Amino acid sequence: MKLTLPAFVGRIAFSALAALIGAAFALPLIWFIFAPFNARAELGLAVPDPWTLANFVTVFGNSYAVQALWNSFIQATGGVILVGAAATLAAYALSRSSVPGKGAVTYILLLFSSVVSGSAAMVPIFLIISAAGIMDTHIAVILTFAGGLLPTAMFILRDFIDSIPKSYEESAMVAGASPVQAFFDVALPVIRPGIVVVVVWAFVNIWGSFLIPFILLRSSDNMPASVAIYSFYSEAGTPIVTLLAAYALIYSLPVVALYLFVSWKFGFRFFGGIKA
Amino acid sequence: MTTEPLSTPPKRKARNFALLSNRAGAAFMLPAGLLVSVFVIIPFFWVIFVSFTNRTLIGPTALNPQFVGLGNYLALFDPATFFQRGQFGFSLILTTQFVLASALIGQALLGLLLAWLIQTVPAWVKRITETFVIAAWILPEVVIGFAWFAFLDYDNGTFNMLLESIGLPPGDFLLQQPFWVIVVFNTWRGAAFSMMLFNSAFSSIPPSYFQAADVAGASSWQKFRDIGLPLIRGHIVTDLILITMWTFNTFTPFLLTNGGPSYRTELVSIYNYRVAFQDFQFGKGAAVGVIMMLINLAFALVYLRLGRKKVPKS
Repeated sequence: MKLTLPAFVGRIAFSALAALIGAAFALPLIWFIFAPFNARAELGLAVPDPWTLANFVTVFGNSYAVQALWNSFIQATGGVILVGAAATLAAYALSRSSVPGKGAVTYILLLFSSVVSGSAAMVPIFLIISAAGIMDTHIAVILTFAGGLLPTAMFILRDFIDSIPKSYEESAMVAGASPVQAFFDVALPVIRPGIVVVVVWAFVNIWGSFLIPFILLRSSDNMPASVAIYSFYSEAGTPIVTLLAAYALIYSLPVVALYLFVSWKFGFRFFGGIKA
Repeated sequence: MTTEPLSTPPKRKARNFALLSNRAGAAFMLPAGLLVSVFVIIPFFWVIFVSFTNRTLIGPTALNPQFVGLGNYLALFDPATFFQRGQFGFSLILTTQFVLASALIGQALLGLLLAWLIQTVPAWVKRITETFVIAAWILPEVVIGFAWFAFLDYDNGTFNMLLESIGLPPGDFLLQQPFWVIVVFNTWRGAAFSMMLFNSAFSSIPPSYFQAADVAGASSWQKFRDIGLPLIRGHIVTDLILITMWTFNTFTPFLLTNGGPSYRTELVSIYNYRVAFQDFQFGKGAAVGVIMMLINLAFALVYLRLGRKKVPKS
């Protein structure tokens, strides 16, 4: 195709503008690329000279920081297992059974899940956890996240299961499988990609979340990394920047890795919900 | 839970027989049903109940709260103090301005511009730009909070370094312009969602429409205005509702400013946190929660109405 001069100039202007906006988005993050590898990192931007891994050694020598990463792992993994299992079962039932009123159930869940956000429901959630006597425990955080994430997880999975032909399970049942066998041996392997997406989405959500653990946890032994990082820079007076930078990088890695995994495996369309 | 996406209600299909018996179906739904009841449905009703009491976190009313009727609501909407800094009305107005500026104008417009730009730029420019925009969205909120804290630091921050390098005076923006800092911050943080939604909307438009416009000699702006924009109108409405809800509920600016200085960035979510967990007034905090949920409900109903209309078409 022949490009006219104005179209050519326009194309360059578009590229320049896109690059400029991209650069503006990159600016607050550039610091993070250098500071973790700079032994004398400050809040200012500086290219490390020499590059060093000393900050990471500091992180792994700080038992509180390591414990917090481990806590994040426990809470995110526990939440994900609960969300994945409960959502798979429920979504399968919503798709494949004729339980009366399931359309209404879906609608009501959808409504409630968008009305009851963490920041609007912090008081009742605190009271429920307190009444259950599980304040300041991993299980409190796990259950709260599982409950909050489940409605959305169920919708994503139900959409996914609805798109799979019923004939798979039907033929298994014709061959003599029970409905439960048909679910575990036939349906489950087919819907696994959907479960993977839901699980990754739930993991990223819990791993990165601040408010719920901030409210429900008290002792430093149970704090996840999100709250630990925050306390490193909000309560320490002068933040230990070298530690923080390296720690933030380590803490971000799982999220970045999972993002890359999903975008490589499934094509990163809509991480949850809206498949436009 | 702040960035929970909504999905359109699933379409109903006619089925001749069910694979799962009702009993098995109910058993399958039980675990999820319990969890959702306890952590989503009960909080909704409990928050209403607590909002009519004078419950506190500590002290005698922690264990034996009394019924105070509309007392908490009257205190929140007291005309004498409503608009004062640090009061409910102030944070409500602040939040409205925040949503208007950072979601409806910032995220939506920037997302639209980006989505349109990356349709035509070379692949490598598209990829690099997308990477940073999505990174701002995907990285955990505490990390982003600290990155901006460092970015805006008065003495050493990258932003002041840039300003000085082009001959402008540096500023302590977290102290001087905290509201505009969180507006820019939230725009930066959330533009990826709008960009991706509009991007997929634009790429679902048949290329022949644009080719025909090219033959007719249309400019990029004309193509945007007369083809792109009208065809993605539905997506724009969806986007506006979702980002409004998320921005209204967001707690992330707390990580950057703590709601300060002197309440100038105290959004309703942060106000709710302060009243309930720093001033220990659970009853009043619950009343704030009820009002937040009512506002959420209004948006969710609009969204579901639109979603339901879309179903028969597709």
